[in-house]
Amino acid sequence: MMRVPEENYYTKEHEWAYVDENIVTVGITTYAQDSLGEVVYVELPDEGQKVTQAEPFGVVESVKAVSDLIAPVSGTVIDVNALVNENAGILNDDPMNDGWLVRIEMDTERELASLMRAPEYRKLIEK
Amino acid sequence: MSASDDKKTPLYQSHVDLGAKMVPFAGYEMPVSYKGLREEHNNTRSNVGLFDVSHMGEFRVVGPQSLEFLQYVTTNDVAKLKKGEAQYSLLLNEKAGVVDDLIIYCVEENKNYFLCVNASNADKDFKWLTKLNTYDCELTNEGDEWSQIAVQGPKAFSLLEAIYGSAISKLKPFNFDNFEAEGISIIFAATGYTGEPGGEIFVKNNDAKKLWDLLLDKGQQYGVAPVGLGARDTLRMEMRYALHGQEISEERLIVGAGLGWVIKHQKGDFIGKQAYVNAKEKGAIEKLSCFKLKEPGIPRAGYKLINEAKEVIGEVTSGTLSPTLNVGIGIGYIAADQAVVGNEIFVQIRNKSVKAIVVKPPFIEK
Repeated sequence: MMRVPEENYYTKEHEWAYVDENIVTVGITTYAQDSLGEVVYVELPDEGQKVTQAEPFGVVESVKAVSDLIAPVSGTVIDVNALVNENAGILNDDPMNDGWLVRIEMDTERELASLMRAPEYRKLIEK
Repeated sequence: MSASDDKKTPLYQSHVDLGAKMVPFAGYEMPVSYKGLREEHNNTRSNVGLFDVSHMGEFRVVGPQSLEFLQYVTTNDVAKLKKGEAQYSLLLNEKAGVVDDLIIYCVEENKNYFLCVNASNADKDFKWLTKLNTYDCELTNEGDEWSQIAVQGPKAFSLLEAIYGSAISKLKPFNFDNFEAEGISIIFAATGYTGEPGGEIFVKNNDAKKLWDLLLDKGQQYGVAPVGLGARDTLRMEMRYALHGQEISEERLIVGAGLGWVIKHQKGDFIGKQAYVNAKEKGAIEKLSCFKLKEPGIPRAGYKLINEAKEVIGEVTSGTLSPTLNVGIGIGYIAADQAVVGNEIFVQIRNKSVKAIVVKPPFIEK
């Protein structure tokens, strides 16, 4: 069974979002990395860049496929995980922790309402 | 995805048991990877890989005019083939676009030929050939009878010898013969799609699982591992082998694809000949080329190729991160005057122009 931590929010494109006050840490889910296969390349925004909810903010590539990273919330990127550029494989090994991608300072908490919580996301991936 | 309509090869359950990720491909449920694409790729380059390619299409042409028929519908010179020899060839349409690429096996000169075509084109090819068969020969679709297992890698022949004896290693490239072991009859052809030594085995469906298990079992000491369609694609890209639907297609003129060596226009009339000769006289306006990225990034089919002045000079037909070289590699059509080895070009990857250099194929030394 794939890990779907209760505390996170989820997008239908298989990103997770961990919310601490107004700071949202974003990554891809275990399910996403499994569907992608070995991740070999990640393209992330720079710090200070604005992102918009439900729009791409980067890409993640396996040998076989390219997949857009979709922003779970709108806001400003305040931190980028340098580790994933050095070792994209960390997205396969530990997508929910060390493989986090960006931290976003979110514009408004209201956007969280359109994201999924764990039980709903579990249903989506069990289909 | 609805798996219900997809066919399963006789090895379906073996793949599932081996932990493969199955995907629908060309009407079949096929393994895309087992342990991981790169591991499978690298193991094929260093040891030996087993590929279930049972989805490929098989036809037979039998009868007094089988040679005449094949000479007319394919581009290579079938008359050159002796019993036990095979050749790579093309089916062209009247416009010199490619209906499919295939291998023709001469089972008996002038009488009996076996054809192996691409899985995704098998039905189309069969209709195409049936319509063209006004000759005194019979064309039959044997696709549902045969399974096919490719054995590829530097240790492929060690494994094959362990089962079939040393005779199997004596086969020259593109030759084939019958072999038997453990009560399983096979046709072994010294062909492949990876650039590695080895071959492709045709086996009747009933025996496919027994043979697969035998190869896995005897192959243990040679480091054998099953390989999915993912690595099959990256292995062929490193060799710049064309894939129909990408490097060659019905819509694109064959001239420029670098496949002139399989088009024998002196042999007599064949479909697409006139259009090919005309296009060849005019000269190709675009040439299929290989390029290697000099900066991080992965080229993908459909991405534009541009020059320093940001003018579009071509398009990527296949691309990947080369597991062997660990850099982005691509195949694509480039305007003929810029398709020069050593030329610096750029791949438009999303909003970035990524520097690349045109290189001589294949990407890896073989």
